[in-house]
Amino acid sequence: MNKLASRNNITCPFCGLVCDDLSTSLINEKLEVTANGCSLSKLAFAQLSSVNASDLRPRVSGKPVGDNELGHAIAEAAGLLRGSAQPLFSGLMTDVSGMRAITSLADRCGAILDHPNSAALTRNLSVLQNSGWITTTFSEVKNRADLIVLVGTDAVTRFPRFFERLVWNKDHLFSEELKREIVYLGDIKNTQPGVAPNGRQPLVIPCNQEKLGEIMGALRCIATGKHIEATEIAGVSIQVLEKLISKLSNARYGVIVWAVADLDFPHAELTIQSLCELVKYLNKTTRTCGLPLGGNDSDLTANQVTTWQIGFSLPVSLANGRPSYDPHHFTTTSLLAQGAVDTLLWVSSYQAQRTPPATKIPSIVLGCAGMQFENEPDVFIPVATPGLDHSGHIFRSDTVVALPLRQLRTNSLPAVAHVIGALQKLL
Amino acid sequence: MLIKLVGGKVYDPANNENGVIRDIFVQDGCIVSRPHDHSRIDETYDLNGKIVMAGAIDLHTHIGGGKVNIARAMLPEDHRQDILERSNLTRSCCGRAAPSTLATGYRYTEMGYTACFEPAVLPINARQAHMEMGDTPIVDKGGYALLGNDDFFLRMMAANEDQQLINDYVAWTLHAAKCIGIKVVNPGGISAFKFNQRKLDVDEEHSYYRLTPRQILKTLTRALHDLGVPHPLHVHASNLGVPGSDDSTLITMGAAEGLPIHITHIQFHSYGTEGDYKFSSGAARIAEAINKNSNVSVDVGQIMFGQTVTASGDNMSQHRNAHHANPKKWVVMDIECDAGCGVVPFKYRDKNFVNALQWAIGLEIFLLVQDPWRIFLTTDHPNGAPFTSYPHLIKLLMDKSFRKSVLSTIHADAIKMTTLGSIEREYSLYEIAIMTRAAPAKILGLSGHGHIGVGANADIVVYHTNDDPEIMFAKPLYVFKRGELVAKDGAIVKITLGDIHIVKPEFDGAIEKRLRAYFERYHTVNLDNFKISDDELSECGNGSRMTIHPCNKRPS
Repeated sequence: MNKLASRNNITCPFCGLVCDDLSTSLINEKLEVTANGCSLSKLAFAQLSSVNASDLRPRVSGKPVGDNELGHAIAEAAGLLRGSAQPLFSGLMTDVSGMRAITSLADRCGAILDHPNSAALTRNLSVLQNSGWITTTFSEVKNRADLIVLVGTDAVTRFPRFFERLVWNKDHLFSEELKREIVYLGDIKNTQPGVAPNGRQPLVIPCNQEKLGEIMGALRCIATGKHIEATEIAGVSIQVLEKLISKLSNARYGVIVWAVADLDFPHAELTIQSLCELVKYLNKTTRTCGLPLGGNDSDLTANQVTTWQIGFSLPVSLANGRPSYDPHHFTTTSLLAQGAVDTLLWVSSYQAQRTPPATKIPSIVLGCAGMQFENEPDVFIPVATPGLDHSGHIFRSDTVVALPLRQLRTNSLPAVAHVIGALQKLL
Repeated sequence: MLIKLVGGKVYDPANNENGVIRDIFVQDGCIVSRPHDHSRIDETYDLNGKIVMAGAIDLHTHIGGGKVNIARAMLPEDHRQDILERSNLTRSCCGRAAPSTLATGYRYTEMGYTACFEPAVLPINARQAHMEMGDTPIVDKGGYALLGNDDFFLRMMAANEDQQLINDYVAWTLHAAKCIGIKVVNPGGISAFKFNQRKLDVDEEHSYYRLTPRQILKTLTRALHDLGVPHPLHVHASNLGVPGSDDSTLITMGAAEGLPIHITHIQFHSYGTEGDYKFSSGAARIAEAINKNSNVSVDVGQIMFGQTVTASGDNMSQHRNAHHANPKKWVVMDIECDAGCGVVPFKYRDKNFVNALQWAIGLEIFLLVQDPWRIFLTTDHPNGAPFTSYPHLIKLLMDKSFRKSVLSTIHADAIKMTTLGSIEREYSLYEIAIMTRAAPAKILGLSGHGHIGVGANADIVVYHTNDDPEIMFAKPLYVFKRGELVAKDGAIVKITLGDIHIVKPEFDGAIEKRLRAYFERYHTVNLDNFKISDDELSECGNGSRMTIHPCNKRPS
């Protein structure tokens, strides 16, 4: 069925950079990245490279349904939702059309909607909802940034091509040669990508991640001209921090990067807020912008659709026909731990390892073909992966750019939107 | 399906009908002429004593796209004050200052609006804008693409490229972003802010490109004129909110050099520098200029007292005004060498001098501009106030005693600084129908909208007669969208999907070769992923039908 096919300018959905310059080939029904792949995309494409015929069948109570009996699995799922007093729809690793279908079904069922990354989403959103920020986007960084400060992240572990695509590019709009300076601040795994092609080394300021809030506080003091008695903060000398403020104040277009997933400690939102307030302060005289990195596992895609359709961001409850936003109570972990939900619908269409959390409540899983479970869900429906098995849309880290995903092969896996739509018709 | 609407009092300015009592016939979503006597009428509505108008059109309302969604995410406390519960037809969602797309569609429809135009579609963010508009039920939609701060355009201007090439780029952008018009926001200013410039007057140079806003305005007004795009350049002028902006707004009008130009939310650009507060009304000068220059049209951007949120592409001005944020939170973004945005919550207070005078200035402009065909009723939703305040605004325009009574309650010093108390004009229903129906349809080139003559789309609103226009306009008896009854007594009775309106002016495709090279060198998306195809528009728009309006290309 599938013939040899090479494709260029393919969009990759496997991290928030959403690179759209991949080349792929499909040879003997095996999908492969042949150019511009990174560690994440190569791995993800390899895992999904081919689909075994046996993995195409939905299972009900662990038993594969017969040929052309997708409808039977969907009917079983509908039965579970019909009997549910409070369902939870989580995972939400899908594309825009999948999310549109899920929000509609959630409204019909009075479900709670959550994404497994919502604790991280909430760290950023709570800053947005309390004080806000000044941010920029990828092409601005690529063309303007002369100073890039990475706070608590090496960027490349979660966003492998960050430096390749945004930093060490040859062409810039506003100068022949853009001398970029790189600074790392925090407990950083891999600073090698921050070495410039000409060998210029980045400035590395190591400190414990949990201490970044103190460092941000000290930087704000220095920026605003307040005197600090201490000679060092969190093991970093004041002179080093003064030097960093001097660099930021003198940069034409400084960028401070954070990746919320890497700031995973109690009250990290206060660190992010302090970072954002520093950026705001610097803009009284110069231009400096924050660059939040995120969007892996299509979490920002799920959040965008939820926010525009409902008004509230994730996690949100639609119980009793009323939207309600409580980011601390409506997380999957908390709801399952408290026994506050009685049925789980889990959607995970990009990566087979993103399986649902262990639970004893009835569960329906729309997952990648070949997904392995410790506890078999009551209904498992293998679904298509957006960008491989069907076209679709996904949002990039900056939430400005939604990129089209292309279909690269044909198979019988249904799209999430199709399954959810069919399910809703039965309710 | 043949529907007869019997005996309503029709206000249809496009067809010169001012309170004419007549029947209307609807078939297949359109208004048709009186059928033969033996034709079977499937449905009849007795509209005796009711008022009938075409569906209203909001030509400037921020309903979809990145900055609107930032505003939504930012304001959970505001949403909690206006929860829309699920019904058998409508979904649960939130309203007020930054309503969800669903609430936007429901609430506009319930008020008798059947078409809404998003005025700030960043081409790089157009896909999201179309997705959000696609998730805005019932009403028709369209967007204006932002140009004039994008580096490709500014580089062409700085290199003194031919107008013809710029016209090609403008047309290419309309195709790529699937929009119906072009808007420029703070011409050159958004880009200048990225170079740390904090203000840019109409004749001041951008520090990098050495271009002035005047040059940008002249080039873009010319481009739209040459391409024959029905809607003239939609201009958010320089110096938003600045005392003294009345001067630069007058200069902005002149920069069009007689070509058609639409100046949006002009209230925010009509401030003088007189008086103890160095803040005064420029409304009289602005209105006089509008009255004299028939090439100029405006929408007002009226403010209303209360909580709202401002969402604008003008990050230079939003950053300047961020210290007014209430509650104290705000977002400013530089975006993709394309544009920018700023989101700043505002609480306009009647006891605050500046806010009180802003309110009066907007109303002065409404009342001093003589030609209702060139002034449109907007609050620049949500920047001046949420669109749900329109019925109240209409009452302020139609009822001078009500207006004067509200005026008497605002900041005492503001009362002294406005002529509003001495203006006796009251808008008639006919004039309201012009400014909310006939005129916006005309200026957008929508032949099927804004009127109820034969051949028009059957977007029809039926109001109860009421001495209080606020009550009358808040809850129409019936709203028909394409002939289907979608709202009754201010409640949704059917969910439909509106059209998306675009233009596709002719152009020389050679421009794309240059754009491709530019994108490869400087951008972070592929050119082919920047462009939205017809099929993709339909997908983004949730299956919305695309209506393409004709352009009449003029030799340049």
